[in-house]
Amino acid sequence: MTEAWIDAMQILASTLRLATPLIFCAMAGMFSERAGVVDIGLEGKLLMGAFAAAAVASLTGSPWAGLGAAIFASVALALVHGFACITHRGDHIVSGVAINILASGLTVVIGIALFTMGGQTPPLDRAERFRPITLPFADQVADIPVLGPLYAELLSGHNILVYAALAAVPLASIVLFATSFGLRLRAAGEAPEAVDSAGYSVTWLRYRAVIITGVLCGIAGAYLSTAHGGGFVREMSAGKGYIALAALIFGKWRPVPTLFACLLFGVLESSAARLSGVSLPVVGQIPIEVILIAPYVLTVILLAGFFGRAIPPRALGVPYVKER
Amino acid sequence: MTEPSTAGAVHPDPAIELIGISKRFGQVQANDDVSLSVRAGAVHGIIGENGAGKSTLVSILSGHYQADSGTIRLFGEEVKLASSADAIRLGIGMVHQHFMLVPNFTVIENLMLMTAKAPFLTASRKEVLSRLAEIGEKYGLTVDPQRVVETLPVGLQQRVEIIKALLAGGRILILDEPTGVLTPDETDRLFESLAVLKARGVTILLITHKLREIMAVTDDVSVMRRGRMVAGRRTADTDRQELAELMVGRTVTMVTNETARPAGPPVLTASGLSLTDAAGVARLSDVSFTLHAGEIVGVAGVAGNGQSELLNILAGLDVPTAGQFTVAGRTVSAAAPADPRAMRRLGVAHVPEDRRREGLVLPFAMSENSVLGYLDEARGRRPWLLETRRMRARCQSLMDRFDVRPANPRLAASGFSGGNQQKLVIAREHGAGPAVLLVGQPTRGVDIGAIEFIHRELLALRDAGCAILLVSVELDEILALSDRVIGMNGGRIVGTLAAAEADRRRVGLLMAGIGGTAEIAAGAQELSA
Repeated sequence: MTEAWIDAMQILASTLRLATPLIFCAMAGMFSERAGVVDIGLEGKLLMGAFAAAAVASLTGSPWAGLGAAIFASVALALVHGFACITHRGDHIVSGVAINILASGLTVVIGIALFTMGGQTPPLDRAERFRPITLPFADQVADIPVLGPLYAELLSGHNILVYAALAAVPLASIVLFATSFGLRLRAAGEAPEAVDSAGYSVTWLRYRAVIITGVLCGIAGAYLSTAHGGGFVREMSAGKGYIALAALIFGKWRPVPTLFACLLFGVLESSAARLSGVSLPVVGQIPIEVILIAPYVLTVILLAGFFGRAIPPRALGVPYVKER
Repeated sequence: MTEPSTAGAVHPDPAIELIGISKRFGQVQANDDVSLSVRAGAVHGIIGENGAGKSTLVSILSGHYQADSGTIRLFGEEVKLASSADAIRLGIGMVHQHFMLVPNFTVIENLMLMTAKAPFLTASRKEVLSRLAEIGEKYGLTVDPQRVVETLPVGLQQRVEIIKALLAGGRILILDEPTGVLTPDETDRLFESLAVLKARGVTILLITHKLREIMAVTDDVSVMRRGRMVAGRRTADTDRQELAELMVGRTVTMVTNETARPAGPPVLTASGLSLTDAAGVARLSDVSFTLHAGEIVGVAGVAGNGQSELLNILAGLDVPTAGQFTVAGRTVSAAAPADPRAMRRLGVAHVPEDRRREGLVLPFAMSENSVLGYLDEARGRRPWLLETRRMRARCQSLMDRFDVRPANPRLAASGFSGGNQQKLVIAREHGAGPAVLLVGQPTRGVDIGAIEFIHRELLALRDAGCAILLVSVELDEILALSDRVIGMNGGRIVGTLAAAEADRRRVGLLMAGIGGTAEIAAGAQELSA
C-alpha cells in the first residue's frame, strides 16, 4: 500500500514536471488568443527560448541570465508575430508557422556558429541550471503515512519554475477576469469595435497580450533547457507548443480547465516511462511506440473537436480594421 | 466633466457647431464643406439617403474618423476630436447602428469596458452600479446589470448602448439609425426615452433615413445629399414631401398598391416548413401559407426572425428539416430536396437579401452578372463558350429597360451604386419571366429614385400575373406594396392580415409576436394602458 502510494506520488510529481512547459505555453496562448491573435507560433517561441536560455546560461554560468535571454528572445519573436498580424493585418496562421520555421532553423544555425556542436549547446553543469528545491521539513515528514509522501514526493523537490507555472494559473485568472486590463483584453478578442468605441486602442491591447505571451513562452523555454533538461538539443520542444495549444482549446480558453488539460498530457507522458516494458492485465505488454505517440494522438483528437465544440473568442484571427 | 444642464437653464451657445467639415475616402468625397449648428437641449435630426454622408459626419463627431479640414465647437468652445476617447471625455455619447457591445459579456462588464479606471474591477463595479442607479432614477432607463447582453432583446441592448453613452458624460447623445433593428413598439419606447432625456437637458442628434421619425421626434432637421448639407429647417415649418424632395433633389411620387385585385390560382403552397440549424436552434417553425398568382405577399418582421431562412428554402438554397412546399407540380422537402437551379427551372426567381454577396459577383462585368444563374438559357450554338457579344447585347437591353446607369455592360458591378446594382439584379430575375418572384430587401441601401422605380416594376410584374413574396424590414415598404401581410416572429407566422386591415399598429403587434384578433385587441389595450 505504502509502496503504491509513493509510486503514485512519484508519477504525479513527474506529471507536474512534464506539464510545466505545457502550462506556461498554454497560459501564454491564452493571453494572445483571448485578445484575438491566433498563436500557432507557441512552438517556435518555446524552442527559441530554450535555445537562448541554454546558450546564455552556458556562456555566463547563470541560469537567471539564461532565463532573461529566453524571455528576450521569445518576446522578440512575439513582437514579429504582432507586427505581422496586428499592425499589418497578416494571416495569423501563416505568421505563426513562419515563426516556427524561423525558430527551428535559427536555433541550429546560431548554435553551430557559437558552439560548433552540431546545433547543441554544451551540457550545463549544476550551477548553470535551476536546481530542485527541497521544501522545509520534507525529509522529516516523509515517513508520515499518506500525507508524508504527498508532501515529500509530490510537492517538494521541484525547481522554482515548476512552482512558477502553478502560480501562473491563478495569476492569469486574476489578470484576465478581475482587472480592467483583462476585461478590455478579452473584449478585444470578442468585439474589438466595442473596445475602440469605448476609447481604448485595440492595437495596443493586442500588443500587450502578445508580449505577455512572449514572456511566458520564454520561461517555458528556459525550463526545457536549463531546469528540466541540462542543455539545448535540436528541436527539443518536440511539439509541446502545439500540445499546449490543444490543451488551451480543450480547456475552452479558461485557465483552470486548461491547467487540467495540460496535466492530462503530462500524465500520458509520465506514465509512458513507467509503462514501457510493464505487462498489463488483459492487453499484455504495450509497445513503447504506442505509448510514446499517445499525447500526439490525443492532440489530434482534441483539435479535431471530438469533445464538444469549443467556442473560440469571436474575433480570434480577425484583424481589426476601422470600417470604411 | 460638466453636469448636464437641467431643463430651463439651456446653454446659450449651440451644443454642436460644425464649420466647413470635409472628409475624403480615396475617390469619394464623403463630406464636402459641411456646416451644422445644433441648439443645446434640442432634438436635431439629420436626414439623407444612404451614402449621403450622415454616418461619416457623426463618425467625425464621435472621434472615430478625423476630418480633413473644418472646425468643431462644443458649447462655444473649439475642440479637437482625435479619438473616441476625446469625444467621450467631452461628453459626446454615441449609439451606433450596429451595437458596440460585447455580446457574451454582462451588461455591467460592457459598461465597465468604458468607465473602469482602477486596475481592479471591484472598485469600478461599485461605481458603475451607483451610476446605473442614478441614471435609472434620472432618466427612467433601467436594465438588469447581471444579464448577458446577447440574451437581452434588441430594444434592451440598445438601452444598454444609451446608458453607456450617458455614462460617458451624457451632454450630447448621437443616435445613428437607431430604429432599424427595432419593432414599432420598441421604436415608440425609444422615442419616449428620448423625450425624457431631452427634458433633462440632453442634446440629441438623430441620424435617420426615415421621414416619419424626423417628423415625430425632432425640433430641427438638417438634410444631407451627396456629402453636402443642403437644407436646415425647423421641423414644425416643414413636411415630409418637402424633406423627401430635398433629400433626393427632385420631385418624388411614391407609388402604392391602391388597386385591390382578386388573387389568381395558387402557385406556391408551403406546409409546415421548419428549419433547425447545426446548433440545434429552430430558425423556422411550422410555416404554412399559399401564394397566388397576381398577388404580393409581404413578410413583415424584425431582421432575424426567420424571413431569410424562408427565402432561402423557397429558393432552393436551404433544405427544410421538416415540412414541404409545392410549386409548378413539384414538391420539395427534406426527402426530395431541390437546388436553386431546379427552382429556377420551375419558374421561381430570387432577388437575394444581400445583393453584394449573393446577388452579384462584384468584380465581374455587368454583362456577366446579368446571366448568373441563367447560363443555360444564355447558351447558343457553342455551349462550351460564353457568347460575349450576345451577353452584352442582352445586358444592354436589360439596362435600358430598367434604367441602370451608367448603361455600360462592360463595367464591373462594383462600380455601380446600390440602386443600380439592385436594378440589374431585378432586371435579371424579371427577364426570366418567373411565375414566382422571391424578393428580399429590394430597396436596402437604395436611393429614393431607385426605390420608386423598383416598387413600380414589382407592381407591374404582379399585374402581369406573377406571384411575389416580399421580405423587407422596412414596414412602410411592406404596407405600400402588399396585398396580404404575413407577420413573422421567432421563426413562426404570427398572423396574416389583408391589405385593408394592415396598418402600422396591427403589423407591429404581429412583429412583436402578438397574433390573432383577440390577442391584437388585448395587446393594443396593454399598449395604451
